[in-house]
Amino acid sequence: MEMPMPDARVLSRKADIVARLQGVLPMDAVIHEPHETRVYECDALTAYKCPPLAAVLPSSTQEVSAVLKVCHAMGVPVVPRGSGTSLAGGALPTADCVILGVARLNGVIETNYADRYIRVQSGRTNLSVTGAVEEMDFFYAPDPSSQLACAIAGNVAMNSGGAHCLKYGVTTNNLLGVTMVLMDGTVTEIGGGHLDAGGLDLLGLICGSEGQLGVVTEATLRILHKPEGARPALVGFDSNEVAGACVSDIIKAGVLPVAIEFMDQKVLEVVEKHAKAGYPECEAVLIIEVEGSEAEIDMQLGLIREIAAKHNPVEFRESASEEESAAIWLGRKSAFGAMGQINDYMCLDGTIPVSELPYVLKRIRQFSEEYGLDVGNVFHAGDGNMHPLILFDANKDGDLEKCEAMGAEILKLCVEVGGCLTGEHGVGVEKRDLMHAQFDAVDMEAQLRVKDVFDPAWLLNPSKVFPLGVTQARRIAAE
Amino acid sequence: MMKPETEVELSEMVRGAAGPLRIVGGGTRPVGRASGEVLSTVGLSGISLYEPGALTIVAGAGTPLREIEAALKVENQRLPFEPMLHGAILGTEGESTIGGVVAANISGPRRIQAGACRDSLIGVRFVDGRGDIIKNGGRVMKNVTGYDLVKLMAGSWGTLGVLSEVAFKVLPGIEATLTVEVSGLDDVAAVAAMSAALGSPFEVSGAAHDPDSGKTMLRLEGFTDSVTYRGERLSAVLRPFGDVAVSDATDWIEVRDGVKFAGGTGDLWRISVKPSDGPKVGGALDGAKLLYDWGGGLVWAEVAIGTDVRGALNGMVRHATLVRGVGAGPVFESEVGVLARVSDGLRAQFDPRGILNAGMMG
Repeated sequence: MEMPMPDARVLSRKADIVARLQGVLPMDAVIHEPHETRVYECDALTAYKCPPLAAVLPSSTQEVSAVLKVCHAMGVPVVPRGSGTSLAGGALPTADCVILGVARLNGVIETNYADRYIRVQSGRTNLSVTGAVEEMDFFYAPDPSSQLACAIAGNVAMNSGGAHCLKYGVTTNNLLGVTMVLMDGTVTEIGGGHLDAGGLDLLGLICGSEGQLGVVTEATLRILHKPEGARPALVGFDSNEVAGACVSDIIKAGVLPVAIEFMDQKVLEVVEKHAKAGYPECEAVLIIEVEGSEAEIDMQLGLIREIAAKHNPVEFRESASEEESAAIWLGRKSAFGAMGQINDYMCLDGTIPVSELPYVLKRIRQFSEEYGLDVGNVFHAGDGNMHPLILFDANKDGDLEKCEAMGAEILKLCVEVGGCLTGEHGVGVEKRDLMHAQFDAVDMEAQLRVKDVFDPAWLLNPSKVFPLGVTQARRIAAE
Repeated sequence: MMKPETEVELSEMVRGAAGPLRIVGGGTRPVGRASGEVLSTVGLSGISLYEPGALTIVAGAGTPLREIEAALKVENQRLPFEPMLHGAILGTEGESTIGGVVAANISGPRRIQAGACRDSLIGVRFVDGRGDIIKNGGRVMKNVTGYDLVKLMAGSWGTLGVLSEVAFKVLPGIEATLTVEVSGLDDVAAVAAMSAALGSPFEVSGAAHDPDSGKTMLRLEGFTDSVTYRGERLSAVLRPFGDVAVSDATDWIEVRDGVKFAGGTGDLWRISVKPSDGPKVGGALDGAKLLYDWGGGLVWAEVAIGTDVRGALNGMVRHATLVRGVGAGPVFESEVGVLARVSDGLRAQFDPRGILNAGMMG
């Protein structure tokens, strides 16, 4: 994976840049010693590493603005960073960049139950947003798997999803407003407590722009009252195709579970070994969760049981207690960790039309045989958001490259059948060079023009999302 | 009038346009002040893909909304956001098109639960002011590949591009609907009651208050047993506020379409605020005919011709649009400061000649 050559003029002025940053921030908020900047050399895409020129940890919107003014004036690229949990390399530094971490911006600014929103600083973790409103039985719906660690800033940047977005939507559907600082240091407010703010939908444009248009420092988020209850059921099938067909039938029948999660045989074997969740031995398992009162849950699960029965499941296990619910979710929640124990893996998140599930699963199996790399599939089936985990050995020469080549084939397949490269992780650097598979030159140019408006100097996270060849002219012109 | 039958024709027409274009779908929502040669999208009609099992539908921008809703109904599905029709309040006839719905980001009472049109919109194809054909999003409901121009196009009122095709996530149909009504509440109490309902776990899908009838209405939708159960529980939540009655009224069109404003001669404004500010809007507009939707967050206000509504609401965070009449000042809320700079910049990029619905949102 290629990154642009660091700008020698920036590197040579490191001392000056650090001094200017120290002029606008407290001493402990500017990190520049090589042994300290290494902490920021990568995010959760650990295959690629590069320590930044410096990292800064501002504590207020004003400090973020001051940092960006310095970097803008001195022509220094800035890579914003939430908690560094990106699986796509969204926060991967270049040697000439300043990492702008929002970790110290972690406060709650306002909770408003009557109007059902919370306003937080963007470094606050996803789960602690719910933590702040839990005493009133409210919650913040988007729940990425990394929610214990990941920051709202990153959620907004990547438009993160989660297991429950089939019912509640992803970040963009739950985001009401932001405070954002543009690359030139200008602070702006978009949206707020009222719905559908006037003018162009800049909020929708910002969400998912991977930190390339501005640095979000505060966010107003929709909160909801928790449902009266929730209960999962586990259904085992002896073929992936049948499990896929069952998902489609459930959706068509008018039931809208909050989550439909799918695990294939490979994942089942591994989680059984490492998490001992007591899953049935079969080719595919669905975990289907519904919400409501006891009676509503019974009714919905009853319907689902009827539909599943037509597909001759190996097992239909309805949770009868909190413990059983936890046990049903245990394997799913520990799937990534368990896979990581047996090998290195690369996690893709291409999305496909639900109807294409059986075909795509079959093709992935064929790729697996061709490339000689094992693949486990665990994903959000209700919305077609796949998560193939390709296993490889990072210490084995050429294995990473083979894995990436196979990953590229899978993602191109997702696009071919009518889907997309990434459903919730973002493009980052990981899928940057595959953008041609989904967008032609004109489609991409329209997106680049958007960045031209927000960041004419192309300094904000400039080497992400788009193939370097596509952005080269703009990056050079801006230098 | 230009009436392209294909996307390529549309592209050629825009590229070759000598002057400003006024983009029109069904012409049922003549809001805003654009002038120029009419470019009609009704020739770009037809459902190109509908997969009930994947909850997805794709159609040409000129497809009548009615046609989309009918096709969905056959499979017991629906558009989640309950788009309102402007025929009643504007006295327009004709067929609303799906492209028009998107361009104006039209939603109805269910907006508070299921999101706006933009939240269900998953893909667009459009022709920008240069004549370039651009696609963004697609036909899957989770997609973060590249920038989200889908949202940007929704509610841009044709000022960034002419939509040629739109794709939606749809939802299963509704088995039963029930309305819990509280009567005799003033606006402040009504919004408090609606907040209590919307802050309950009972999945309220509509929350409106009509000061003229004195009725505060909360809608529940879903499977019959579930709706019955939630109706009882929600009634208990609302009883402290006033007299509660449960009706099986399923018809929310009066609220959705603002039917009570039909035939009126005053200026009609649509004002979005945070719900608890709703009554302040009502209070500031003395003598206005009012309807509160979205739990108080959407205030429809009919006022005397020429009333300076924005002036009256000065200092309140809000967004006011003149839907009908003469008004005072621009039809759409003016963007100011950085947002104006950014929005102008985006329009200059997508429509460098400034020919698409010029002045519409200005």
